[in-house]
Amino acid sequence: MELLLHQIFAGLATGGIYASVALALVMIYQATHLVNFAQGEMAMFATYLAWSLMQAGLPYWVAFFLTVAIAFVGGILIERVIIQPVENAPVLSVVIVFIGLLVIFNSLAGWIYTYTIKPFPSPFPSGSFLDNRLLSSHEMGSMAVTLGVLALVFAFFRYTPLGLAMRAAAQNPVSSRLVGVRVGWMLALGWGLASAIGAVAGIMVAPIVFLEPNMMGGILLYAFAGALLGGIDSPGGAVLGGFLVGVLENVVGVYLGTELKLTVALVIIVAVLVVRPSGLLGKVHVARV
Amino acid sequence: MTTTRIPRRSIVLGAGAAVGASLLPLRALAQAKEIKLGQTMPYSGPASAYGTIGKCQQAYFKMINENGGIGGRMINLVSVDDGYSPPKAVEQVRKLVEQEEVLALFQTLGTPSNSAIHKYVNAKKVPHLFVATGATKWNDPKNFPWTFGMNLSYQTEGEIYAQYLLKNKPGAKIAILYQNDDYGKDVLAGVKNVLKGDKAKMIVAEQTYEVTDPTVDSQILTLKASGADTFINITTPKFAAQAVRKVADSGWKPLHILNNVGASVGSVLTPAGLDKSVGLVTVNYYKDANDPQWKDDAAMLKWRGFMGKYYREGNVADASNIYAVLAAELMVQVLKQCGTDFSRDNIRRQAESIKNFKPGLLLPGISMNTSPTDHAPVEQAQLARFDGKQWVLFGEVLGGAA
Amino acid sequence: MSSMDTPPSVSAMPGRGAALPGRPALPAARRKVVGLALLGILACALPFVLGNYQVFQLTLALAYAIALLGLNMLTGYNGQISLGHGAFFAIGAYTAAILMEHAGLSYWAAIPVAGLVCLVAGFLFGLPALRLEGLYLALATFALGVAMPQILKHKALEHWTGGSMGVVIIKPDPPSWIPLSQDQWLYFFTLAWTVLLFWAGWNLLRGRVGRALVAIRDQPIAAQAMGVNTALYKSLTFGVSSLYTGVAGALSAIAVQFASPDSFSIFLSLSLLVGLVVGGLASISGALYGALFIQFVPNIADQISKAAPWAIYGVFLIGFMYLMPSGVAGLVRLVRHRLANR
Repeated sequence: MELLLHQIFAGLATGGIYASVALALVMIYQATHLVNFAQGEMAMFATYLAWSLMQAGLPYWVAFFLTVAIAFVGGILIERVIIQPVENAPVLSVVIVFIGLLVIFNSLAGWIYTYTIKPFPSPFPSGSFLDNRLLSSHEMGSMAVTLGVLALVFAFFRYTPLGLAMRAAAQNPVSSRLVGVRVGWMLALGWGLASAIGAVAGIMVAPIVFLEPNMMGGILLYAFAGALLGGIDSPGGAVLGGFLVGVLENVVGVYLGTELKLTVALVIIVAVLVVRPSGLLGKVHVARV
Repeated sequence: MTTTRIPRRSIVLGAGAAVGASLLPLRALAQAKEIKLGQTMPYSGPASAYGTIGKCQQAYFKMINENGGIGGRMINLVSVDDGYSPPKAVEQVRKLVEQEEVLALFQTLGTPSNSAIHKYVNAKKVPHLFVATGATKWNDPKNFPWTFGMNLSYQTEGEIYAQYLLKNKPGAKIAILYQNDDYGKDVLAGVKNVLKGDKAKMIVAEQTYEVTDPTVDSQILTLKASGADTFINITTPKFAAQAVRKVADSGWKPLHILNNVGASVGSVLTPAGLDKSVGLVTVNYYKDANDPQWKDDAAMLKWRGFMGKYYREGNVADASNIYAVLAAELMVQVLKQCGTDFSRDNIRRQAESIKNFKPGLLLPGISMNTSPTDHAPVEQAQLARFDGKQWVLFGEVLGGAA
Repeated sequence: MSSMDTPPSVSAMPGRGAALPGRPALPAARRKVVGLALLGILACALPFVLGNYQVFQLTLALAYAIALLGLNMLTGYNGQISLGHGAFFAIGAYTAAILMEHAGLSYWAAIPVAGLVCLVAGFLFGLPALRLEGLYLALATFALGVAMPQILKHKALEHWTGGSMGVVIIKPDPPSWIPLSQDQWLYFFTLAWTVLLFWAGWNLLRGRVGRALVAIRDQPIAAQAMGVNTALYKSLTFGVSSLYTGVAGALSAIAVQFASPDSFSIFLSLSLLVGLVVGGLASISGALYGALFIQFVPNIADQISKAAPWAIYGVFLIGFMYLMPSGVAGLVRLVRHRLANR
């Protein structure tokens, strides 16, 4: 029983990682109705930027906020320059552009920073949280950060006019334009925000898994599973889904062996998409012919 | 009668062709005067941290060439990328053998890539020298006479750990974490080779992980819960760092044996936390550049000089760069032993005749030996314990179960 | 001095063999046949001109062409995005390897069996995929592609698949009465399969089935209203597409003589995608162009930058989407049009 409890907590810790990346995925989805395959690599690249800034001597929090700002601008630029020309193209073209971004970011990071792992500092005190053996301070701290970002995102979409405009632009671009919403810039804003959230996720994740170009590779798939499980259009759902996937992965690992973890993610993805595509907390979409 | 004016273009082309043609025999001569070696390295893809080995070796051979080469001949190491993908490795090796016509393959890296080319290279009778992997199957002269290993084999390493435990902690309860692939299973096999029969009961828990797993924290917790007091940690650098950290953070205090692949001070223990690494045990067979006891060692100083002059972008804290030079020195020894006969057959014969070769970067007491029935140059190692700053060697030089 | 006729338009005058200066001599259909015949002669002559290593490379390229045709059927013609086709390539390769090494089946029989196994596997995967559209299907197939190597390494299958060590395949020898080298024989064997599968695919796609597939891609609801059994077609297309890719995987594994889980990572699936896009969607000749691209360009990219061939791939991917969305095949078509209408 104690082992199970430990595994659940360890699952929550890794789930926190998935949840933060899932949040960025949901952000892009809410803004553009697209799933960004390159999200993980963009987050990783932003984390490397933060690392470079810290190597250059900047204190942690300065580097943190500067990186988030750079990621925000970077996301907007990517949307305007790279995504916008294929906006109206069929889905396949967009997916291909995403895959292109994914491999470019991954290779660039490897080329510039090499593949040796680098330690990444944590803003939280090292050692266990309140001296318990289940979670480290950093893991608690990053979970808190994730929940905090979630609250901000939720408030943004729900209570601000800009958030409303973004949702409208994603759901019905034509009507939005008619009421004066600048749809193009809404999409760009969505990308910028997602990129910023991704940067935060990467900075929180790196101290746990160590910074290297392939650090997001395994995480991305679990984050997808989490986002889908919770509902790709619901930020709260994505976070919930992320934690669930983390716990499931660990618990299944104990009882079925750790050799099929990726398969578990695959099964979750397919099962959710087939049985309840809107996920646990998402809205069910009904298409009228 | 019309005189045909030869256009100027043709004259230039013709002259160029003539000059080129006259240089051809020179090029062939130049090629005949060089020793062409081939190698595949993962310069791209997930294992590209090891790409530094290839770059370091090219720099080393450049240094040899600048000092006269081997008997006047220059070494040309053709090093190509295989992205750690077996089909790509097959393609590249076929190119090296059939198009580039290399004399021998040297330090092709990676168990999957070498597994893919193993049969082909032996069928084509190309010396497959000093493969950069520790898998035990390379030392099989009966079936694969052209293949030679280099690293201390993973199985031997596992055997050394098991023997150390049998001698110093016979009542140990052992937990093992290993990477779920060839390499991890090889070390495990070595441990189980020694701990068989009723001793097998000493192993109370085993866990695996995949390279795609974000962390190994969950596995560590399961192993801790087994009540083991000894932990054999068979992981690659990223996961080794995570494991060392998690073991310390979770309050588990086993005798923690960490395999050589994951024991680098610079790339593993420092990220994990030097204070959390105190008491770790591993084996080494070559000197660690971060170890102060070799500060004024002649071989180490020579190596630093080489790195500073020929491979400045290489990381002096990366053990791979010492390993690379060690292998290159062995290759140079083989070539020197060849005399003037650089045929493939003679290269193979000389590779099988390494007797008591002791390059300075090996730990004192360890030597490289090969014979027609033994294609593994390194079969000894020494245990070391981490004291918070460096690996401190202890005990004697040990061999494997054989 | 043949005829005093000066036909007003020359493009398709059936039966007219006389060539007038500056105008195409043969009608379009005949030109196509001649073109194909020339290609065929070239394909048969090359292995005698090139060295064994290049023949080996061409064999791999042919296998990729078959795989790309399969993927094109699914994604180009039928609009179902698959980012995990490497998984079917792997299933085909392993089926052939296991049959040849453990069951002693000859390679002649192993290839069709591998194809059939993949047909079933693809069909089975296509069933739940029916409910997935566009991005979601891409996501699910991406997960399949990522998870496949791990599945192949699993303990339960290890006895057959050899786990992470992989399976070594013995290269087949040509029959003793044919004076060809192993590589040349394998090339012709692969070429035969390529011709067979391309001809079958061409037949399939230009008929009713092809039109149904395209209809499902462009206007699924209208297609259903017109009586096209979308569910059946979509699942079958998945199955047939996997059959093609599986046969390609088997052929490629025999050429490389080795199959291991590391050979079939997600990057293989992404390579196939690159080949599809570069060659040209919804185009049979595109499969050939794409195959040549993914076989030979990495070697060139290697020489530009050792560490970042994939970055160059990525740039190609994005560049093609902007500049040449219909791929090289589209470009070739455009050029031919321009030349024909001069």
